[in-house]
Amino acid sequence: MESNVIYLDNNATTMVAPEVLQAMMPFFMERYGNPSSMHDFGGDVARDVENARHSVAQMLGADYDYEIVFTSGATESDNMAILGTLQYYRDKKHIITTKVEHPAVLNLCRQLEREGYSVTYVPVDREGNLDLDFLFDSVTQDTAIVSVMYANNETGVIFPVEEIGAFCKKRGIPFHVDAVQAIGKIPVDVNKIQCDLLAISGHKFHAPKGIGVLYVRRGTRMRPLLYGGHQEKARRPGTHNVPGIIGIGKAAELVMQHLANKDEVERIKRLRDKLEDGLLSQFANAHRNGNRDRRVDNTSNIGFEFIEGEAILLYLNEKGIAASSGSACSSGSLEPSHVLRAMGVPFTSAHGSIRFSLSRYTTEEEIDYTLNIMPEVVNQLLEISPYWDSKNKKGKLIGELAR
Amino acid sequence: MWEYTDKVKELYKNPKNVGEIPDADVVVEVGSIVCGDALTLYLKLDNGKIVDAKFKTFGCGSAIASSSALTEMIKGKTVEEAAKITNKDIVEFLGGLPDQKMHCSVMGQEALEKAIKKIKGQSVEDEHEDEGAIVCQCFGVSENLIRRVINENNLTTVEEVTNYTKAGGACGSCIPKIEDIIKEELNKVKEKQDAEVAAKPMSNLKRMQLVEETIQNVIRPVLLRDGGDIELIDIDGKKVYVALRGHCANCVISDVTMKNLVQEKLHEYVEHDIQVIEVK
Repeated sequence: MESNVIYLDNNATTMVAPEVLQAMMPFFMERYGNPSSMHDFGGDVARDVENARHSVAQMLGADYDYEIVFTSGATESDNMAILGTLQYYRDKKHIITTKVEHPAVLNLCRQLEREGYSVTYVPVDREGNLDLDFLFDSVTQDTAIVSVMYANNETGVIFPVEEIGAFCKKRGIPFHVDAVQAIGKIPVDVNKIQCDLLAISGHKFHAPKGIGVLYVRRGTRMRPLLYGGHQEKARRPGTHNVPGIIGIGKAAELVMQHLANKDEVERIKRLRDKLEDGLLSQFANAHRNGNRDRRVDNTSNIGFEFIEGEAILLYLNEKGIAASSGSACSSGSLEPSHVLRAMGVPFTSAHGSIRFSLSRYTTEEEIDYTLNIMPEVVNQLLEISPYWDSKNKKGKLIGELAR
Repeated sequence: MWEYTDKVKELYKNPKNVGEIPDADVVVEVGSIVCGDALTLYLKLDNGKIVDAKFKTFGCGSAIASSSALTEMIKGKTVEEAAKITNKDIVEFLGGLPDQKMHCSVMGQEALEKAIKKIKGQSVEDEHEDEGAIVCQCFGVSENLIRRVINENNLTTVEEVTNYTKAGGACGSCIPKIEDIIKEELNKVKEKQDAEVAAKPMSNLKRMQLVEETIQNVIRPVLLRDGGDIELIDIDGKKVYVALRGHCANCVISDVTMKNLVQEKLHEYVEHDIQVIEVK
């Protein structure tokens, strides 16, 4: 059933859990009715949709099921949260977010700047920690919304959303959290965060692609992005993606089970640390990107100096290992990841950064195999690199490296 | 995931000629670790011939493959023969590169060109003067390189120039300058073509063919759309006799049609001094 690849790219997407697929299957050919229909064939499906909504609400610690709005994914949820809020508070023209957000938020903010909004991008330090005071000082009378990610997709670094939430609540400013990379990895509780809005995506926690959620706290003022039917209380019209909704509901149940199982949670962290510590101790040219302790347990971002990330990925690919890179080449853009640049990671290792992201399906054998393969990959590329002195086994310091 | 050819994959998996030549006659470096790719090329010469070539590359799969390809291509060639190799030849050798990776082949060509300059004793200190102003500060791309790559690869857009040279791919502040350069180069090409056309008078047969084609394919469709039509009566040298039909025949603005549509199109597609005469 599972493919042979050693999949260490779970921050990009995850396998659909077998239980999730099983739960979805009847809704394609047997129970394909429209939950909005009057007849039982469709109407009965509505009950399953509402059960799924309840599971998601439970996972997020929401007080009311109707605070859960199903969307097509987190890009839509993020856009809906920010645009929907701005549409309501039309006289407010200032947005606060961070420099290291996902493009779903960052590129939306860039577009809003072109349309006349002003946006404050809160910086991070060398370890990827948010400059909280900077954020607090940025708030003005004109601030319409604060949008901050819970955990960073590239480094896994967790932001203090609870402190931001308490602050925003006190100031009466709508607070949106992009929790895509936190969900399933750490407990996410909308009441502890005190956020008004929170986005998640199904395919990051073993539900299928194409289903997401926007949590909308009761009483939150916003306008819909789409107009159409009455679905989702007209906040997000369009016929329900029933199989996707059933899938994300089941995946939410599995997340709750998983997070309640301390041994299992600890196991992923132990495997991640084994991989990371193994790499850092093996290679003098390797450095961790991001705060070691304040991050999600599945993510490790390692910068390899003097070699290039896409080449590392291609070599790993040959060995059946799937990971990702913040290098310029692998993205199709010409600059390395905006997250690593915001952190001030030197270009010497930003171009050689590799992100390994585990899931609850990752095994110890897979980590051991990866640790065994890496020396071959890294050493082969070091041999090719003009910045590596193979005789003395150290990097060549060239003027630019100081930058 | 990039669509790399089998040749590219073969060469980044098992690159040929990796390493240094301890007693190399020429060593050149291009690119930088900051920019994300860099190549050091080592050449051993004997009697004007490149008898050995090795490289070290920091960069992605296609940068490694391009470097390897370059060394394979120049080994055994005379310096003069090698000087003729362009980035296009490298791309061809590799069976193609993804658009966004074209700059890898240009990096190979740059290294080769720099090496040949060195061989010919042109001092490398002069190089910046020689290469013209730097247009893209982020990636250190010179105006001359941009112009040459535009011409050798028939580029027409900023995006293409970025794919081939990386210029404009970071902060983007040089994009207007790149646009100007493209415009200038395209104008040069057009002027050259125009000059060639002007230098060679058109034969009567060619002119007649062009007039017929233009009326049939360009002018008639426009008139037919409005319920009109046109008939070619005769061609005498540069005089073209036509009659308007259908709605056009009685149209009060038929003079305007003649001047703005028929004459203008014939000037554009055939010759600028065609004279249109309406036969009523």
